[in-house]
Amino acid sequence: MSDATLAVSSSGGAPKVSKISEAIIRIAGNSQDGIQAIGGFLARLAGRSEQEVMTFMTIPSTISGGPSIFQVRIGSGEVLSSGDDADVLLAFYQHSYEEHISSLKKGGIALYDSDHVEPKEEWKKDYYHVGIPISSLTVEAIGGTAKDKGKNIYSLGLIAKMFDLNVPKLEKLVTERFTGKDPSIAKNALAAFHAGYSRSVGNLIETFHFVESQKREGQQIVMNGNEALGFGLIAAGVRFGAGYPITPWSDIMELLRRELPKYGGTFVQTEDEIAAISMAIGAGYAGRVAVTGSSGPGISLKTEALGWAVMAEIPLIIVDVQRGGPSTGMPTNIEQSDLNIACFGGHGDSPRVVLAPSTVEDCFYTAIEAVNIARSFNVPVFILSDQAIATRIEAFPEPNLEKVCQDISPDLTTVADHKPYDLSAPNSVTKRVVPGTRIASGKYPIATGLEHDELGHPTGSPKLHMAMSAKRRKKLQALANTLPVPKVYGPPEGNVLLVSWGSTQGPIREAVDRARAAGDSISGLDLRHINPLPNGLENIFSGFHHVLVVETNDEGLYGYGQLAGVLRARFADPKIRGINKTDGLTWKVKEILERVTAKLASNGK
Amino acid sequence: MNEAIAEIPARTGNIVVAPSPAEAERKGLTRKEIVADHPTWCPGCGDFSVLALYFKLIEKRKLWHEKITTIAGIGCSSRFPYFVQAHGAHYIHGRALPFASGVSLSRPDLHVFVFGGDGDAFSIGGNHFNHTARKNIKLTYVVMDNWVYGLTKKQTSPTSPLGFKSKTDQWGAVDYPINPMKQAISAGATFVARTTHTNPNHVLQMMEAAMDHDGFSFVECLSECVEFYEGAFDASNPRKGGAFNLVPPTHDVTDELAAYKLAGEPFPGSFGVFYKVNKPTKNTKEAEINRGMMEKVKGLKDWQILQKSFDRMK
Ligand SMILES: Cc1ncc(C[n+]2csc(CCOP(=O)(O)OP(=O)(O)O)c2C)c(N)n1
Ligand code: SF4
Ligand SMILES: [Mg+2]
Repeated sequence: MSDATLAVSSSGGAPKVSKISEAIIRIAGNSQDGIQAIGGFLARLAGRSEQEVMTFMTIPSTISGGPSIFQVRIGSGEVLSSGDDADVLLAFYQHSYEEHISSLKKGGIALYDSDHVEPKEEWKKDYYHVGIPISSLTVEAIGGTAKDKGKNIYSLGLIAKMFDLNVPKLEKLVTERFTGKDPSIAKNALAAFHAGYSRSVGNLIETFHFVESQKREGQQIVMNGNEALGFGLIAAGVRFGAGYPITPWSDIMELLRRELPKYGGTFVQTEDEIAAISMAIGAGYAGRVAVTGSSGPGISLKTEALGWAVMAEIPLIIVDVQRGGPSTGMPTNIEQSDLNIACFGGHGDSPRVVLAPSTVEDCFYTAIEAVNIARSFNVPVFILSDQAIATRIEAFPEPNLEKVCQDISPDLTTVADHKPYDLSAPNSVTKRVVPGTRIASGKYPIATGLEHDELGHPTGSPKLHMAMSAKRRKKLQALANTLPVPKVYGPPEGNVLLVSWGSTQGPIREAVDRARAAGDSISGLDLRHINPLPNGLENIFSGFHHVLVVETNDEGLYGYGQLAGVLRARFADPKIRGINKTDGLTWKVKEILERVTAKLASNGK
Repeated sequence: MNEAIAEIPARTGNIVVAPSPAEAERKGLTRKEIVADHPTWCPGCGDFSVLALYFKLIEKRKLWHEKITTIAGIGCSSRFPYFVQAHGAHYIHGRALPFASGVSLSRPDLHVFVFGGDGDAFSIGGNHFNHTARKNIKLTYVVMDNWVYGLTKKQTSPTSPLGFKSKTDQWGAVDYPINPMKQAISAGATFVARTTHTNPNHVLQMMEAAMDHDGFSFVECLSECVEFYEGAFDASNPRKGGAFNLVPPTHDVTDELAAYKLAGEPFPGSFGVFYKVNKPTKNTKEAEINRGMMEKVKGLKDWQILQKSFDRMK
């Protein structure tokens, strides 16, 4: 609510309605309270109301649940991150209240369940406190003893009232959510919602109304990054995949397992990650572009097989939803520390492609791009997502599915002759001829991990190893020539360029906006193509005095993170420096700006 | 091949097999047409017979080049695909089965044959063996068991008998060996057979029966490593004074316990089909799931199916 702070007046009279353009609401409780559901409803409502929305959530790492939050930021204008400080904190328990009050902006509203929360006197002067016996009122509204059930929907009613949200749309969302279930469930949910909605929100006499968003062409759809990636792969024509469960990758494999059969495809849950990548490579060899994926330790297990796919030149998609590492690490926290393994993991020289989507919408399109690169260049392609993008919900313009969906079935038409590793092929890319295809010459190819001649037969010839190593590399160089030069966010020249990859794009753009508004000379650059890098970055870097790479990973032995390491190796330019952190949380805008100021003050260190 | 899986749903779109002209008139392949590189094996290596009998199988059953896929891991025995003139893949050590499963599950139109060694199958690939068996994936797996690591030059293998002197057990192997037949039966393989390279007719019979089995078919073929374990299987070779005993005709191949008992016989034991049952394969089960799911979206193009999902996310 940047332009209209939640002013609360104690004078009586009819509630005043303030126009606002955005709001950040943080809901804190336990995961079993259905907190994600409230957040999900709000996000979908925003999507349907042509607003922008972005969410942030934490998931407890224990199975029995535990403290969990869901933060949703809704705006009539552009929303780039899930926001720094909340305007409203909805706290279900004492621990939720005490843990999260500091994330509330001064003067913000602490809305709490007075059945469970004892507010602290010393905080009352900084935050506007509204206590409502949410638990008992929910029981009163829907009866029964299911004390914890329904209070999320009751709270949704409270929030709807507070922000003058569109009730018919919310009712529809609630009803849709429970269709197919016992009708009494939807009835109870609506009863809880209305009870919350009709409850006057304590002594809060002001409510808020979002200003109209700009009309958009077409509709918006609302989903999280894992869903966008999974559906993107389906749109791209992927019809085979294999995986082994691990958080946060599992959502994608569950989605593909559920959805692929509708398209005649199959997803296999294998005994481990090595089997998973091997099965996907097998399907790739057999003519598909198949997907495998994992997070954390599962990625390490895949690297030997990945080397084979590079050597044998088989298309493959590897999704890496990064989490805190190494080892089991911080399974439910955010980190961008797999860039190195994605770019370089494995033995030998094994060039592969690495892409990093920067928003939920980008996950959808990156999946399609990855598939097309894999099949055009016969190469494994990593999609580096992370826990932040995977679980955050965004609304984005609905893709034109008729246009973007593609059929990539193998072509089994008989060929006259075939060299699988033809050294004279343009851009070093050979057309693939897969099993099932008759080759009139009677000479059939072997896909192999041994160094080989043009027909795939093993060779110990140094000349051929040099030529084939170059072939595998040249494909990526040819790809680099086709990549667009990324656009600078802000002026193309200035003092500071903030470089991001993946989920840090949003907060960085917001940081750039904020700093520029304050008169600083600062721009942003988001890299989606990590390996190979697009050509022409040196021209962009030359326009700035400082190139600071903001990453959610360790600053390393020499003071910069993994992407910065790649950029320094590539451009040998000491003005490329790192801003890093490993607290497992998304970047806050003010945190980025403080770190930039400190970095500039540190004089080249 | 099971008819149900041979018929490919239109939308898997996917595989459109261009009918080769005069398919019916195509003659079976001659040996000359199936032979590729000259094998790199040591003269006298048992693997030669397995290769020769694979060629025989292809000739006899009139399999076309393009319809078979020969897949292997790493080891002497796993060099196999290079020697066969057909589509093939030489994958990584121990992982040939999941690779081949990817081929089998995505390409119901192909015969998938996998060859490998005892180390590949039961040491590094041990867990894949169990899971491919229990999933009953339609493919044929021939393990050329020589009781030793050949390619890496005489280390103890998971099937090396106790006391076998290798470079990693100079005083004789101390770890109890794996019994491949028991392993296969208990893992849920639906076809389990045993043969030996010194009896060519029997090898061919077993390979043929394995190929005709609709499911995961496993054949253990004793295959002597003349370089590092000479004479290992003499006791099973009548020409060396040993005994080649067929599985007794009274044996009920659907009786799991009886099969397990056969597998427990001391060397040289029996040769033939120990166990064979018909169970739906993963291939058929997945095809059934797909048929059910696709029925619900009948008549829709792929993008329209996706559109339906997106409509629920607004
Ligand atoms: C990951 C990995 N580890 C080790 C090796 C080395 N290696 C190659 S073949 C082999 C054992 C081969 O024994 P077996 O599977 O019995 O085949 P054989 O040579 O006896 O036919 C080993 C250990 C390898 N290629 N890859
Ligand atoms: S080392 Fe043994 S297994 Fe390998 S080729 Fe020679 S004889 Fe055969
Ligand atoms: Mg061996």
